[in-house]
Amino acid sequence: MNDLPRLPTSGGCRDEPILKQRGQREVFCGLTGIIWLHRKMQDAFFLVIGSRTCAHLLQSAAGVMIFAEPRFGTAILEESDLAGLADAQTELDKVVDQLLERRTDIRQLFLVGSCPSEVIKLDLSRAAERMTEKYAPSVRVLNFSGSGIETTFTQGEDACLASMVPVLPETDHRQLLLVGALPDVVEEQAISLLTQMGIGPVRVLPAPRADSDLGVGADTVFALTQPFLGDTHAELERRGARHIAAPFPFGEEGTTAWLRTIANEFGVDDETFESVTAAPRARARKAIAQASESLRGKSVFFFPDSQLEIPLARFLTRECGMQAIEVGAPFIHKGIIGPDLDMLAQGPVLSEGQDVDLQLDRCRAARPDLTVCGLGLANPLEAEGLSTKWAIELVFTPVHFYEQAGDLAGLFSRPLRRSDLLQLGVRA
Amino acid sequence: MKLTVWTYEGPPHVGAMRVATGMTGLHYVLHAPQGDTYADLLFTMIERRDHRPPVTYTTFQARDLGSDTANLFKKSLEDAYARYQPEALIVGASCTAELIQDDPGGMSETMGIPVPVIPLELPSYQRKENFGADETFFQIVRTLAKPVERTQQITCNLIGPTALGFRHRDDITEITALLSDMGISVNVVAPMTSSPSDIARMGAAHFNVLMYPETAESAARWMERELDQPYTKTVPIGVGATRDFVREVAEITGLDPYLDESRLRLPWYSKSVDSTYLTGKRVFIFGDGTHVAAAARVARDEMGFEVVGLGCYNREMARPVRSLAKDYGVGALITDDYLEVERSIEALQPEMILGTQMERHIGKRLGIPCAVISAPVHVQDFPARYSPQMGIEGANVLFDTWVHPLVMGLEEHLLHMFRDDFEFHDAAGPSHHGGHAPKAANDATSAPAPAATETKTAGDGCVIWLDDAERELKKIPFFVRGKARRNTETFATERGVSEISVDTLYEAKAHYAR
Ligand code: SF4
Repeated sequence: MNDLPRLPTSGGCRDEPILKQRGQREVFCGLTGIIWLHRKMQDAFFLVIGSRTCAHLLQSAAGVMIFAEPRFGTAILEESDLAGLADAQTELDKVVDQLLERRTDIRQLFLVGSCPSEVIKLDLSRAAERMTEKYAPSVRVLNFSGSGIETTFTQGEDACLASMVPVLPETDHRQLLLVGALPDVVEEQAISLLTQMGIGPVRVLPAPRADSDLGVGADTVFALTQPFLGDTHAELERRGARHIAAPFPFGEEGTTAWLRTIANEFGVDDETFESVTAAPRARARKAIAQASESLRGKSVFFFPDSQLEIPLARFLTRECGMQAIEVGAPFIHKGIIGPDLDMLAQGPVLSEGQDVDLQLDRCRAARPDLTVCGLGLANPLEAEGLSTKWAIELVFTPVHFYEQAGDLAGLFSRPLRRSDLLQLGVRA
Repeated sequence: MKLTVWTYEGPPHVGAMRVATGMTGLHYVLHAPQGDTYADLLFTMIERRDHRPPVTYTTFQARDLGSDTANLFKKSLEDAYARYQPEALIVGASCTAELIQDDPGGMSETMGIPVPVIPLELPSYQRKENFGADETFFQIVRTLAKPVERTQQITCNLIGPTALGFRHRDDITEITALLSDMGISVNVVAPMTSSPSDIARMGAAHFNVLMYPETAESAARWMERELDQPYTKTVPIGVGATRDFVREVAEITGLDPYLDESRLRLPWYSKSVDSTYLTGKRVFIFGDGTHVAAAARVARDEMGFEVVGLGCYNREMARPVRSLAKDYGVGALITDDYLEVERSIEALQPEMILGTQMERHIGKRLGIPCAVISAPVHVQDFPARYSPQMGIEGANVLFDTWVHPLVMGLEEHLLHMFRDDFEFHDAAGPSHHGGHAPKAANDATSAPAPAATETKTAGDGCVIWLDDAERELKKIPFFVRGKARRNTETFATERGVSEISVDTLYEAKAHYAR
């Protein structure tokens, strides 16, 4: 138990007041998650039923056209689809027929709802049921919402994983389920650490392929690897699985606390825990110490983006010596983020939701050394002389667990090091 | 419902944003859900703008539907006016808000905002980005531009440049200088660089230069009718077009045509012996209608290429592009389906593509060099250096950027000479593109060659490459191999030959020799 983190003597942030303002939110919608989810699930296709805007968002968020024919696409609603609903269902059948005919490698198809499909009340769960029957057993069809009126950025992944839970087969095996789509390299590290401690079997949601024998049941315990999985958490509990609440595995301290909590659940003794984690812990500490040199004593301001903000603020303040001025998150789900809030010393403003104009006013007044924000705000703030870190990179880059802890600190220190390095002078 | 993977154009409200973001003193209140704010990053990241686009999104959520969305819009409009104090506002709906029918235009009329509030009707489920830009600029002009006294000197407006436009920034500089040489000064450049009060004095100009019909043709027609301002029909991209443009301006103004060609290098570079190798290069051209039409003329008349296919993604330009294609004796591809463009390129096997960033990716996959001539834009299309497409310097830029992806003339012979040396690496590619070896089109150079390759041809059945012939084909340098393969197959099909031998290959070579 001595590996559990020390809590701030002043008390953590769990019961601190939360600033809630309502105005323009400058965030992505849940469709964005498709960009990393489709990489993780190698036999899945994500079909957005939406508008040209949705297609354009996916294309812009992907940044470049990575593949000629990626495993995602948009069925763009046209004037004729909006006229009558029965029509839209038949049209959707046609699109899916064509798609599955061409892509015989597809085993799971996700029908992804968007704002337009939800406003016209296009029933995608009915469509998914109908198609599952039609294409069984070769393709399983599920649906979830990635719409901007229902989901914010990473909530798309939550909605996707939550849609998979009810159809998982029942299992009464004792097992540990890791929940969250992580880059393979990171996932393998986590599984290896847990296996070395004798914990197992360890399974992962989402599984890379539909035909894996992943099940869930009353003897399943699960740990989240991402803080934004509230709905998936609820669905798993509905299936009888039990959540192991822990701080999130960012940084040396977070990773150790996360592993220790799981190890306790599986009765791993201190000696084993120590022998498995000692070396990577030391490596992580060293890497963080190096990478965080330019972060010490600096202030940081988080705009809401991915729901990773609170665990990251905890990491930056406790392990990198930064001061948090404001930690904004799109949602604060205390049942999930509670252990991180406990560790975060009081002081920063905690804000949930957004009025971007007012938040920019606060940010400009505070003039933080580093501002973590979305791509729409980064260059304009840089032009005002503020250093920024694009939040989206934190979701696209491997940052979890010991071996990435130094990289994580590096993501934040690079903009500061860069502004120190550049000698661009002033206009003559 | 239409399955779409990659799109050439965004939705029409992105076109409206391009107009608003190019301007100053204008603010756009857009009724839209939160995810639509992604569009900001197009401007701040791709174009590296140092300001947020002047757009307020209402970001309504599911729980607001049916109760609150209209009030949310009103509040957003009030707040935006109070905070930004614009000279004018534009208001409209994105695709989702169009469905909930709150009528932003109607609501804003009742709110007593003390500056012009211009409502936009942009049908998201029928039209796209270019239409959105054109319609927005038209509405702004129609509302704000009034007949005013003409300037004493001859002046013109430059119309069409927007934020996120392909080289618009530098085209403005080039054309301003060109006109100044003729003694014409620029009254207003719009939408980019102008404010609502600038729009109000557009009528003072003697005529309009329509730089990009995609984004300003409706406004140009309206001003011709209402403000009695003629507008230019020639888009000055390329040497010939620039000269024609000068003549057209001279006709409109009664001034003497004048063009300072002292810095013009394209004609001589194109004549220089090293350029001989450009002769008859088979090019495929795709992009927006305006840039495609200009590129086709430059390609054929000023570079000596052979245009083997052309097309555009914006349906508004379908008519002129079809008739252009007819002049060039090729088919016109009018589509916004990227996979269709790829299939077409694959079938034509051009030696070079003049296209957009989308075609650049196609070219990479097929091993065909590509130069970018048109939007949609990428961060690379905003170079730090001066790099216009229009006028004299624009012609020089075209020469350089089109030749750059190709193998240089002399180099081509040397590669041929050394191809049998063991040091020679077939896929090495042009020496000035270190590390980016193009992948050969149909040839699996690294994989063991199959005994015979089947190729589907347009006609019935297949043509089979015999082993020897396939090996011989590999000896041909990669940059002409695609053409050799295609010519041989056409030759074989036309003669009803179903198996290609080494003899067929050389008979075809003799047949096509030029
Ligand atoms: S916010 Fe809604 S309409 Fe906009 S891209 Fe996301 S799902 Fe599509």
